[in-house]
Amino acid sequence: MMASGYNAKEEDGHTSGGPSNGGAAGGTVKSRKPDNTAFKQQRLPAWQPILTAGTVLPAFFVIGLIFIPIGIGLFVTSNNIKEFEIDYTGVENTSACYSCAQNFSWNSTVPCTCSMHFTLEQPFESNVFMYYGLSNFYQNHRRYVKSRDDSQLNGDPTSLANPSKECEPYRTIDQVGPIAPCGAIANSLFNDTLELSYLANGSKTPVALVKKGIAWWTDKHVKFRNPGGNGNLTAAFQGTSKPVNWRVPVYELDPMDPENNGFINEDFIVWMRTAALPTFRKLYRIIQKKADQTPTLASGHYVLDITYNYPVRSFDGRKRVILSTISWMGGKNPFLGIAYITVGSVCFFLAVVLFIIHHKYDSRNSSADIPN
Amino acid sequence: MSQRQRADSEGSLGPDDEVMPYSDDETDDELDPPSSEEEAAEPGDGPPGAPQPAVASDLGWSVKANDRPYHQLPEFQRKVFLCIKKSKYCGNAIKTYKYNAFTFIPLNLFEQFKRAANLYFLALLILQIIPEITTLPWYTTLVPLVLVLSITAIKDLVDDLARHRMDKEINNRRTEVLLDGGFQESKWMNLQVGDVVRLKKNDHVPVGQRLDDDTNNEKLQEENQLAHYDAFIDCEEPNNRLDKFTGTMRWSGQSYPVDLDHMLLRGCRIRNTDHCHGLVIFAGSDTKIMRNGGKTRFKRTGIDILMNYMVYSIFALLILVSLGLAIGHGFWYEHVGSLAWYLKDGKDQDSVYRGFLSFWGYIIVLNTMVPISLYVSVEVIRLGQSKFINWDLQMYYGEKDTPAKARTTTLNEQLGQIEYIFSDKTGTLTQNIMAFKKCNIGGKNYGDPTTAKGVSLDKGRPVDFSWNTHADPTFEFMDHSLVACIRSQTDHETLEFFKLLSLCHTVMVEHKDGQLVYQAASPDEGALVTAARNFGFVFLNRTQDTITIQEMDHEATYEMLALLDFNSDRKRMSIILKFPDGRIRLYCKGADTVIYERLSPNSPHKETTQTSLDRFANETLRTLCLCYKDLSQAEWDAWARKLQVASVATRDRDDALDLVYEQIENNFLLIGATAIEDKLQDGVPETIANLAKADIKIWVLTGDKKETAENIGYACQLLTDTMKIHYGEDLRVRQALRRNVAPSFGHKKKAPEPFFTEPGKNALIITGGWLNEILYEKKKKRRRFRLRRLGRRPLPESPADGQPINDFEKEMRQVDFVDMACECEAVICCRVTPKQKANVVSLVKKYKKAVTLSIGDGANDVNMIKTADIGVGISGQEGMQAVMSSDYAFAQFKYLQRLLLVHGRWSYIRMCKFLRYFFFKNFAFTLVHFWFSFFNGFSAQVAYEDWFITLYNVCYSSLPVLLVGLMDQDVNDKLSLKFPKLYLPGQQGALFNFKKFFISLFHGIFTSLIIFFIPYGAFLQTMGQDGEAPSDYQSFAVVTASSLIITVNLQCCAASPSTSASCAASNALRQPYLWLTIILTVGISLLPVICLQFLSKTIWPSVGDKVQRNRKKYEMEAEEEKRAPTFQRGGRSRRSAYAFSHSRGYADLIASGRSIRRRPTNAGSTNAGSTNAGPTNAGPTNAGPTNAGPQDSIREAENI
Repeated sequence: MMASGYNAKEEDGHTSGGPSNGGAAGGTVKSRKPDNTAFKQQRLPAWQPILTAGTVLPAFFVIGLIFIPIGIGLFVTSNNIKEFEIDYTGVENTSACYSCAQNFSWNSTVPCTCSMHFTLEQPFESNVFMYYGLSNFYQNHRRYVKSRDDSQLNGDPTSLANPSKECEPYRTIDQVGPIAPCGAIANSLFNDTLELSYLANGSKTPVALVKKGIAWWTDKHVKFRNPGGNGNLTAAFQGTSKPVNWRVPVYELDPMDPENNGFINEDFIVWMRTAALPTFRKLYRIIQKKADQTPTLASGHYVLDITYNYPVRSFDGRKRVILSTISWMGGKNPFLGIAYITVGSVCFFLAVVLFIIHHKYDSRNSSADIPN
Repeated sequence: MSQRQRADSEGSLGPDDEVMPYSDDETDDELDPPSSEEEAAEPGDGPPGAPQPAVASDLGWSVKANDRPYHQLPEFQRKVFLCIKKSKYCGNAIKTYKYNAFTFIPLNLFEQFKRAANLYFLALLILQIIPEITTLPWYTTLVPLVLVLSITAIKDLVDDLARHRMDKEINNRRTEVLLDGGFQESKWMNLQVGDVVRLKKNDHVPVGQRLDDDTNNEKLQEENQLAHYDAFIDCEEPNNRLDKFTGTMRWSGQSYPVDLDHMLLRGCRIRNTDHCHGLVIFAGSDTKIMRNGGKTRFKRTGIDILMNYMVYSIFALLILVSLGLAIGHGFWYEHVGSLAWYLKDGKDQDSVYRGFLSFWGYIIVLNTMVPISLYVSVEVIRLGQSKFINWDLQMYYGEKDTPAKARTTTLNEQLGQIEYIFSDKTGTLTQNIMAFKKCNIGGKNYGDPTTAKGVSLDKGRPVDFSWNTHADPTFEFMDHSLVACIRSQTDHETLEFFKLLSLCHTVMVEHKDGQLVYQAASPDEGALVTAARNFGFVFLNRTQDTITIQEMDHEATYEMLALLDFNSDRKRMSIILKFPDGRIRLYCKGADTVIYERLSPNSPHKETTQTSLDRFANETLRTLCLCYKDLSQAEWDAWARKLQVASVATRDRDDALDLVYEQIENNFLLIGATAIEDKLQDGVPETIANLAKADIKIWVLTGDKKETAENIGYACQLLTDTMKIHYGEDLRVRQALRRNVAPSFGHKKKAPEPFFTEPGKNALIITGGWLNEILYEKKKKRRRFRLRRLGRRPLPESPADGQPINDFEKEMRQVDFVDMACECEAVICCRVTPKQKANVVSLVKKYKKAVTLSIGDGANDVNMIKTADIGVGISGQEGMQAVMSSDYAFAQFKYLQRLLLVHGRWSYIRMCKFLRYFFFKNFAFTLVHFWFSFFNGFSAQVAYEDWFITLYNVCYSSLPVLLVGLMDQDVNDKLSLKFPKLYLPGQQGALFNFKKFFISLFHGIFTSLIIFFIPYGAFLQTMGQDGEAPSDYQSFAVVTASSLIITVNLQCCAASPSTSASCAASNALRQPYLWLTIILTVGISLLPVICLQFLSKTIWPSVGDKVQRNRKKYEMEAEEEKRAPTFQRGGRSRRSAYAFSHSRGYADLIASGRSIRRRPTNAGSTNAGSTNAGPTNAGPTNAGPTNAGPQDSIREAENI
């Protein structure tokens, strides 16, 4: 690159030879000697991890030593977590929800309900978290993920009136007005209602389900806001239309509790945080531990009453309810523990193998000097 | 010094088109037109008088002196733009800058978008704007693009500002122009074609101009007369041939030929004269030097080419992958997507169309797979590496204040891959400082330490030359007997010997402070004249046609009738003198082969001189033969007429002159021979030995005799005693045998059996003549053309003298030769011309596909330097031409080992590491999207968040990778020099090739797999510690991104940059579970790599690994060595060397009378010469009785 092109400086020639033809040029001849700095002479101290037996083998041992206990810890913790999962999709005709699944229609005004009976073999001691899980549900589809308007959800009145184009085709309804909340995600809000009751001696005791505190704090308090505060939501949402698939407008999601209504409804917020994978769980309710010593969920028979609103059969989806306790590392997932144990053991094993190989070859190599 | 430079560059301007590589093609073109044109072109002497204005001659370029309006005449207008017409004669203002304030942005953008990489970016950007397919927000592409564009633009801007400044400075230089009847100061840019300018000593020549010599001197005295000077010049159109110029001047009824000798080229400097006048012929961008600008061949490195292929293959892969994913999306939509009510987007698109859109979407998402920012990073790295070369103190030559200079920034890593070095000898291996050491006069040898009585000594004292007032104090001679012989003035031949040395040369003399200062075309000549000076034959002065010398005690002036100059074909120079007593004698000195061919059969001392020549050659001295011939007046007259005819030929004047010279240079009588020592440069043997250890094969290409070349080979350890030396001539039979076998191989590329079946190292010594049989290049053809034109002989049809019958056989021979030569450790080619040098280089390049480096210092190496992959110029004794055409330049040959073994190696390793890492990094980054797409319905959803994609290449992973590219040192410089074997991986291209590329790709794929699937496994069905599901998309993206950054940066063994925390990141990363996932991911990505590397280092350690492992030990050793300096400078005494200089002398200048000093002796008044000047011819061999004009000038062509 530099060589190409005409360089006017070279027209004048190099002042080759410095002192010998200096005089005529006049002035002091500046030496062109390069600076003697560590950077320019490339003498900067360099740290290099050299893979010697002295560094690699201990590293592998240490990694093995650290990973295996972590793995065991994770595995044990994961195993101590109690989890119960029940599929209520209603695919099989033996399922209680079979008819609801079969006869689903968007237009039906009467909600279909069904009840699933199940038995907990062991009591759940600590706080129990109740999740709904969906499978084969592509909440991470590109168009789906984009189909929302964050500024609308943040309470911006202009976006409320004029939602982002990303929300198409769930942006406005002709003759009615802009949809609030707009977009495909909001439109497909999970709207089954789940109620849990304990069956003891033929009597049905409802289990108290807490519906607050299930969303991320930042979501609830920063990302999501109602337009015009949490006051009169009906007025704030005046002129907007409810999403197509919704049965109630957004300001009636939880009419009882103004702190949980509108855009800051926690069920809504949880749904709006899209899942990474097509099989996912979302927190539905929390069952608080009772003050006394009785377990949160005693072992025994339970019944799950489902208001079946959410159709998944068309795309071979599955709906589940999961009851789970939680540890310091979250829910039940043996994967990480097993992975840590495996990696740790492999490290240990490799350290031994490498040590043997190193021993075998090092004696051979150190004798052969470098050909000069 | 400057004189030497001048001299050498002069050589390149000589007639041999060998020297100028670009002249080849043009010469062929020139040969083609039918000869009928020649007659038309010959103006002859033309009808005298009647200088008709505006005759459009076939030469196409007419200049009228002192007539500015003339050049604006309509016939010289040419269409520039629509109907705006402009004179075809440029003004003298030069414009090398590219942009001005208004055009900078559009033009620079246009330039930049001509590059494929930027265009690719732009195409992506356009794709991203289309809402149907946009998968990434537009800024993910725009930010890097703007960054790249602005960095480049700033660099261009700085360059262009420098050019602006330079242009301004040059355009505002002042010179004197004849305007309105008087000389006025004018800026360079205001000069126009046809102006008469006056230049003073040391001025730069502002334009390409005709040098007005004494032809017009009589006029110069009075400016008003000069103002009426109205000569016409018809000449060739502007071109870039520095070595050719043809034209005719018509003035006051006469025609004069104008050729290159009358031209001053722009940028030259006036020397040896106080002032001179000239007529502007070409101005501004028409000048030859400007036409030459930008002609440099663009060299690319092997890695560049490889890199391009890789980028292409990645691009192909990108399309394939996108296609696959698009098909996947089509199927997915068919079976899943179309059924999912929640995904309904109200668009009536079938799955095929959606697949099609998805294809473009994936092209955008996966675009980072094609490492476009690679090109920018590579440029930055190379620039940095070049700077390191420039800054290297150990390549700085203090004596001449010359640092090493990387003149190109594109070739650094190729320095680490050199397989063949082609070296010039004189001035490159040797110092090119010549000393007269020995001679043979009349069959008797002088020069060994001897007393005055002729007794040989083991150790002598230098001769005391104090008896000679003109003696050069630096001259040393050991033989007292020769001085005694001279001072006794008894031996006629000895006197004749030194007389010849003092007369037959083209040296210029200057009297500075009473001292004689010689300025010689070649250092050999300077040494010879200096020797003669010390022995009492002092060259005092020369005019255009006389030479004055002091012969021992009296001064004598000889009339010079003709000067037959040296060139590389003739290999001799002669001078024809008229002695004061009226005798005419021709003195000649030249290469022994040439002289012996032309000796009279009854010349004396033939055998004895031959023996001493061999002896001198064995002692690696450069030899010349001296001889003379007496001419009768009649012989001279007859020959002079032929010379006159030849010298005015407008075409092929040089060839015609050579033919005429040939006719008189025969029947010589031998006087003796000279031997000149050319010392080896410091550190040459060590450097060559070290380079040889690095398996670099060194070829020395020299004009020397075989014996001297062989000896110099031993002297610089190129040849060692363990080698078996083969001579080209002896191998002919063997080659012929092989050739008969060869055809059976057909075109199949089988490894040919080795030539040298004997074990051990081999060396090959061949000569130019032998080489010619193999090369048989254009040269023959051209000579045939030349002959045909001169002699109008028919083209010889039959291929005689064993010329190859067809191209295939020719090629076979060449392949054969290269195969054979490459089996040898060392090759010495002696007696080769510059053209052959270049041919040898290109043969090796062509048939071996090897990386070649040429190193040389003189104009005769320019060809070879430009041909090789890398050209290195030694800025030494001989001018700047080699440097100007080189890629790297430094002052000493010994720096070559540092350039290759240290800088080259580092650059190569750094570049390879950088590239491998870069490909890895981009694959690891991009393929995560690919794995993710299997879980999001191939919907082109990205696995990271947008801001991360935007910043990934720009910030997160580019700094460490740039640091690797710039700073990485696996082994420090001392150890690289100590273990030349470390250089081998570079030659084999072992660190970066398609295998390594695929390994990088697989590594990237593996890493991306880990980075995706470990979080996948961990996220599949879990919850956070607060019970919230962390398996949301953002947390997932943050975990993958963090794992990626940590993995990639640890892989780079550099500090990991801080993770920028966004809202989601902080939320996700406070969960220990996610941290554990990240740690696991990083661990699994890195451990196998570390393990494999460790294994390979343990089981198959490379030399580098061994050195690295034992670095401490070696450093301690080196430390100890330093403490106890058992330094031995080459056990054997340094031998000297010999070659015949390829540069042409000053003869044309002397003969044309432009370069002659006034004679201080008879010029009492300095104006003597000018006041009595009469009208004369202006031929190149002006034999007429002209007095010396005041216009003494030497073209200072150092800058061309």
